Amino acid sequence: MAPVSTPTFFTRKQASVTNGWGASAERLGWLIASLLSFVLLWQLVASYADDVRRFPTPAIVLETVSQLAASGALWANISTTLVRVILAFFFAMVIGSVIGILLGKFPRVDRFFDPWLVLFLNLPAIVTITLCFIWGGLTQAAAVTAVALNKIPSAAVTLREGTRALSRDLNEMAEVYKFGWWKTLRHVTIPQLAPYFASAARTGLALIWKIVLVVEAFGGNGKGVGYQIFIAFQEFDVSIILAYALAFILIVQVIEFTVLQPLIERVNKWRR
Amino acid sequence: MAALDPRSGGAPIRIRVDRKIFPAIGAREAQLVLSDVKFEVQPHSFLVLTGPSGCGKSTLLNIIAGLDSDFQGAIDLGAGKDRMTYIFQSPRLLPWRTVYENIALALPDGDPRVKNIPEMLARVGLTDAATAYPERLSLGMQRRASLARGFILEPDILLMDEPFVSLDDPTAQSLRRLLIELCERHPTTVIFVTHDRAEAVQLATRILRLAPGKASVVQDANVQLTTAQRLDRGLVLAEQSRIFAAA
Ligand SMILES: Nc1ncnc2c1ncn2[C@@H]1O[C@H](COP(=O)(O)OP(=O)(O)O)[C@@H](O)[C@H]1O
Ligand SMILES: [Mg+2]
Repeated sequence: MAPVSTPTFFTRKQASVTNGWGASAERLGWLIASLLSFVLLWQLVASYADDVRRFPTPAIVLETVSQLAASGALWANISTTLVRVILAFFFAMVIGSVIGILLGKFPRVDRFFDPWLVLFLNLPAIVTITLCFIWGGLTQAAAVTAVALNKIPSAAVTLREGTRALSRDLNEMAEVYKFGWWKTLRHVTIPQLAPYFASAARTGLALIWKIVLVVEAFGGNGKGVGYQIFIAFQEFDVSIILAYALAFILIVQVIEFTVLQPLIERVNKWRR
Repeated sequence: MAALDPRSGGAPIRIRVDRKIFPAIGAREAQLVLSDVKFEVQPHSFLVLTGPSGCGKSTLLNIIAGLDSDFQGAIDLGAGKDRMTYIFQSPRLLPWRTVYENIALALPDGDPRVKNIPEMLARVGLTDAATAYPERLSLGMQRRASLARGFILEPDILLMDEPFVSLDDPTAQSLRRLLIELCERHPTTVIFVTHDRAEAVQLATRILRLAPGKASVVQDANVQLTTAQRLDRGLVLAEQSRIFAAA
C-alpha cells in the first residue's frame, strides 16, 4: 500500500500547486477586467455629461492627482489625515477593548452599563463630532476624540462577545498547571480574543477613515483630506474631490493588504 | 524531593464531600450529584473511582483538584498539594500552540525538565507530531499529548479522568504500562476515574465504586495482584469477577 500512496500524494500536491497559480491568475484577470470596465463606464458618462468641472474624465482626475502630488499638497494632506486615523484607531481599539473585556468578564457591570453602550452605539456621528468641537475647540485632540468616540462602542461590543466566549475548560487547565496571570493572559486569553480583536480592527479601519474626513470637513483647521474636499466642494471642483478620494482609497487598501491581512493570517495559522 | 519530606510518606489524602448540588439553571432543576462521599487515600497508592456515566466522577475530581469550591465538605491533600496534576477527561490543549509548546508550558519557566520532553514525546508516540497544532491531530493523539503534559511534571498527586477512553487497545495498553512505570520511578498517589472494570482491576491497588443517582460510595475493595500479575489477562479477569461479583 505504501509504495502506491507516495506517488499519488505527490501528483495531488502538484495538481494543487498548479491550481493555486491558476486560481490567482484568474482572480487577477477578473480584477483587471472589473476595474477597466469601471473606468470605461466613467469615461462614457463623463463624455456624455460634457462638463469638465462637474464631471471630469478619468484622465483629468489622474492629471489632478499628479499636479497635487507634484505641489506636495497631496502627501501633506494625506499624512495629516493618516496621523489622525492612526491616533483615533489606536485609542478606539485600546479603550473599546478594555471596556468590552470588563463588560464580558463582569456580568453585573455589563447589566448596568449595557444601556449606556446602546445609547452610544445609536448616537449619530454628527452629534459626537459637533459636541467634541463645541467642548474641545477646533483642536487636534477634539478631532481625534470625535473619531475615536464613533468606534469605541462597536469595538467594545465585539470584545465583550469574545470575552464571554472564553473557554472555561482552558482556564481550568491554566489554573491546574499553575500558569499564573501573565502566562494565562499571553497563551490562553489573548489567542482566544485575537480573532475578535482582528474583526474589530478591520471594521474599525473601514469606519474610521470615512468618519475622519467628515470630522476634518466639519472642523478643519486648514489641513487634512477632509478639509481639502470641503474647499473643493465650495468651488465645485469635482476633480480635486475625486483625486483625493482615489489617493485615499489606494492608501487604505495598501494598509489593509500589507498590515491587517498578514496580521489576521498570522493569528489564524494554527487553524485546520 | 518527596522522599525527603518526612510527612509525604505518612499523611493520607482526606476527602469528604457531604453534599454537592448543581443549582437550578433556567428550566433545569437543582441536582444533588454527590452526598456523603468520604474516604482517605494512602500515599503512593493507586485508587480507582468507578461507576456508571453521569454518577458524578468528574464532579468529584474537579472538587479534589480545587477547581470547584461550591460544595459542603473538606478536602485535605496533605503535603503533595502543590505538586498535583489533573489530566482532564477532554485533552484541553491550547489549539494555537504546538504539541511541544503545550507540554513545555506546563513546566514553570526555566525548569530543567524541558530536556525530558523529547523522551516523553517518544514514549507516547508523538515524536513526529511535536511541531503540529493539536487540531490537526486525531483525538487519540491529542489525548496522548495531554498525558505527556501531565506526566512531564512528575507529580506527587495525579488525578486522571478516563484518560484512555477512545484510544485503540494496543495504544491504551502501552500507555497504561507507561503510567505504571512512572508511578514506580516517582512515588505517586493516583486517583483514577474509569468505567472500564478490567482497566480498574489492572491498575488499582484499591477500587471505590460510586452508585448512580445520589452518588455515594457503595463498594470499597482492595485489588490483590502484583505488578507482574497485572499483565496477565486471565488473572485480571478473575480478580475482576471476584471484586464485582456483588455489583
Ligand atoms: N456544570 C454543571 N452544571 C450542572 N450540572 C452538571 C454540571 N456538571 C455536571 N453536571 C451533572 O452532574 C452529573 C454528574 O456529572 P459528571 O460528574 O460529569 O459525571 P461522570 O463524570 O461520572 O460521568 C450529571 O448528571 C451532569 O449532568
Ligand atoms: Mg466524567
